Amino acid sequence: MTISFPKAKPAQQIRRFAQALLLSAGILVFLGASDPATRFSEIGHRMMCICGCNQILLECNHVGCPASDGMRNELMASLTRGDSDSLVEQGFVQKYGPTVLAAPTTKGFDRAAYIMPFLALILGFGLVVLIVRDWKNRAAPAIADGLSPVQGAELEEFRDQAGKETDL
Amino acid sequence: MAVLGSFALIVALGLSVYSFVVGMIALAFQNSASQPGSPSFRRDSASEGNGLAAFLRRGSERLGETARRAGVATFAAVLLASVVLVICAFRDDFSIAYIFHHSNRDLPGPYKFAVLWSGQEGSLLFWSLLLATYGFVLRLRYKTDPRLFAYASVVLAGVQIFFLLLLNFAAHPFALMQGNLPADGNGLNPLLQYPEMVIHPPMLYLGYVGFTVPFAFALGALIMKYPGEKWINITRRWTMVTWAFLTCGVFLGAHWAYSVLGWGGYWGWDPVENASLMPWLTGTAFLHSVMMQEKRGMLKMWNMWLVFATFWLAILGTFLTRSGIISSVHAFAQSSIGDWFAWFLVITLVVFVFFFFKNKEHLRSEHKLESLVSRESSFLFNNLLFVLLCFTVLWGTWFPKISELVQGNKVTVGAPFYNRVAIPVALLLLILTAVGPLLAWRKTSLESLKRNFMWPTIGAIAVAIFLMITPESWGSAFGLKPWKDISYFYSLMAIVLSVLVTLTVASEFYRGGRVISKHTGQGMFASMVQLTHRNTRRYGGYIVHFGVVVVIIGFAGAAFNQDKEQEMGYGDKMTIGPYTLICRSYTDDDAPNYASEWAVLDVYKGGKQIGTMTPVRRFYKASQQTSTMPDIRSGLNEDLYIVFEGLNQDNGHPILKAHLNALVMWIWMGVWIMLGGTVLALVPNAPAPMRVPAPARLGQAPAPVATGD
Repeated sequence: MTISFPKAKPAQQIRRFAQALLLSAGILVFLGASDPATRFSEIGHRMMCICGCNQILLECNHVGCPASDGMRNELMASLTRGDSDSLVEQGFVQKYGPTVLAAPTTKGFDRAAYIMPFLALILGFGLVVLIVRDWKNRAAPAIADGLSPVQGAELEEFRDQAGKETDL
Repeated sequence: MAVLGSFALIVALGLSVYSFVVGMIALAFQNSASQPGSPSFRRDSASEGNGLAAFLRRGSERLGETARRAGVATFAAVLLASVVLVICAFRDDFSIAYIFHHSNRDLPGPYKFAVLWSGQEGSLLFWSLLLATYGFVLRLRYKTDPRLFAYASVVLAGVQIFFLLLLNFAAHPFALMQGNLPADGNGLNPLLQYPEMVIHPPMLYLGYVGFTVPFAFALGALIMKYPGEKWINITRRWTMVTWAFLTCGVFLGAHWAYSVLGWGGYWGWDPVENASLMPWLTGTAFLHSVMMQEKRGMLKMWNMWLVFATFWLAILGTFLTRSGIISSVHAFAQSSIGDWFAWFLVITLVVFVFFFFKNKEHLRSEHKLESLVSRESSFLFNNLLFVLLCFTVLWGTWFPKISELVQGNKVTVGAPFYNRVAIPVALLLLILTAVGPLLAWRKTSLESLKRNFMWPTIGAIAVAIFLMITPESWGSAFGLKPWKDISYFYSLMAIVLSVLVTLTVASEFYRGGRVISKHTGQGMFASMVQLTHRNTRRYGGYIVHFGVVVVIIGFAGAAFNQDKEQEMGYGDKMTIGPYTLICRSYTDDDAPNYASEWAVLDVYKGGKQIGTMTPVRRFYKASQQTSTMPDIRSGLNEDLYIVFEGLNQDNGHPILKAHLNALVMWIWMGVWIMLGGTVLALVPNAPAPMRVPAPARLGQAPAPVATGD
């Protein structure tokens, strides 16, 4: 017995491919995130030591630091309790203030920190494309003494010739 | 001595003001004399060089010459002030407040010399000295193009006035102590008592200050509507040398942080570090886009803005650190002079914007773009990404302040933010670095792009597969599983793209060398050397690209770092990666400048002793501060980095932290390659030895050797 599946339309194929790609990316990002030691390291590297050394919590290297040992113990206790990442972070923010997080959150105005660079990238990219189109459509500069610029097939011929001769 | 130093600074200010004001008057007279519609020009034409106009023109030329000489003399005066300050440091003259705060009797000689740039007032004097030195060289070389150099000289004098005003009225390095003279000074900040600190600030300042020179030429060329692109050629070497200094300064800072701060890293995204990175990014963009202006007469307006932005960002960085507006671990330089810098930033912006809009018609592009697949468009995207990276760093640096203004509370913007935002953009830039050199000016056929790109791409994919299938036990980047963590994914991408860039660079050398080899019969290596010598700028640039990818591979290693902290008594063991450390001893020591505690550790790898390491912690007596001196055992694969963190107060055992930092040595090697490439690009081209006779028919013409950037 053979089973035949209906053939997917091109649009469906593209959608399936995109979904598979998204799923793979998700797996890439989130695999291995549940291991407690990994979580301690990951969350600990998302926090700052509040002693004034301006270092990531797990990189603070002061013996006798008034803050980092206690903070590490609190983090370990939260993870042992089974708190989620966001609950751990909330607890730290409530206790030490928003500067305890090593990077802005993705909520409220803090989102602007992440959006702006990518917005600038998109706008910049669009601007460059517009500039390129404008430059491409610009009239060719005039050549003195009534000479006409080489164009079209003739130009391509010279180009191929130059390519062959320079072997590049 | 303090009186002599103060006098030299006042004289320097007077000379700078003279150079600026009289230089401007002379240029104004020369301009009015050369305007076709001006009365003086008409009179001049009528009397063929005699009479009032000729007298005025000769007079203005003489005035201009006095302004130039005043600029030269400014250098002598600032140099005198700097020498006086250094002598005062060596003579332990604690009557001068600056010497008292930054030196002490037992400070070793090299650090006494480095006192010149170890604090606010001294570093401003040093900045002024470097600016005066650049100005001195520029004014001596004025015959290259007297008029353009005169404009540049006036702009430099304007900037110099600002620094000398600061030194004379806001941050006087020769201010005297009040009351009884102290027996000894406070000493130099312990973090600065490290050999690299003697050269890191000068390099960084040479870079910061050096970008004033291209800016001065650019503004001068804009004001005088300088015809053609000669000013670009004149400033090219200045810009490259300055860029090399800034590169050196930035990475020396990173190496200093790695070797001294003891947290195991080299870059913390601190505002002061960011301040040095921003002008480097725009300066690098300028070095690329300037080629568009030279070769194709395009991007003239953009280049003006890039030069200005680079200069402006260097000043902005100083404003950030001195004003205290953004909190930084480099808070040693905070003071009230931030307002001065803010006003200076506003004034320079207004002046530049005024002249830009006044003369922007002069900056129209001369050529059109023929194809999207061309060197020109690759430079456009390259510039977009560099400027975007700069914007990202600027945005991240200012965001805590913006957040405070908008939502009333500060936030921290640290490494996790930059890793998330800047790494994807940097990877895009790496792709462009691979593709860009393969694109020709005007237009590249997709066929040739495919042909040139195929083997490097196959090579890069092969490396990716190799890195993924090798066992993890080989260390650092081997056995890389990109699906385990996003940082591994980024590392793999960075390494693979670096390999791609390396292979495209190698293929450029190979193909060029093969053409020369075919024509001259020389061996491939000799042909490649000849090829490089014929176009040092192009091939030096490729070597710089290679250096950059070596650095990137070093950065990619950060994903594999490990660390471990442990208290270690006699005979205690610590294992990290393939290394086992056994504490043989711990002891203390006393020197005139500091007391130290240190541990002696035997290092084993694969059961065999490979060395002994001695991490140290020092207590500096004068400043009453402690500082760690990590012991680092560097290798191509990884660095074993041991920090003496302190002593357990209960049992006196040392507490040690070991870091296993992957591929860090690649960063320092890459910087040397980048600098080597830059030096090579500064070497003049060798004349092409081949003379090609005019062909009878185009189809039979002998193959020329490709040149051009």
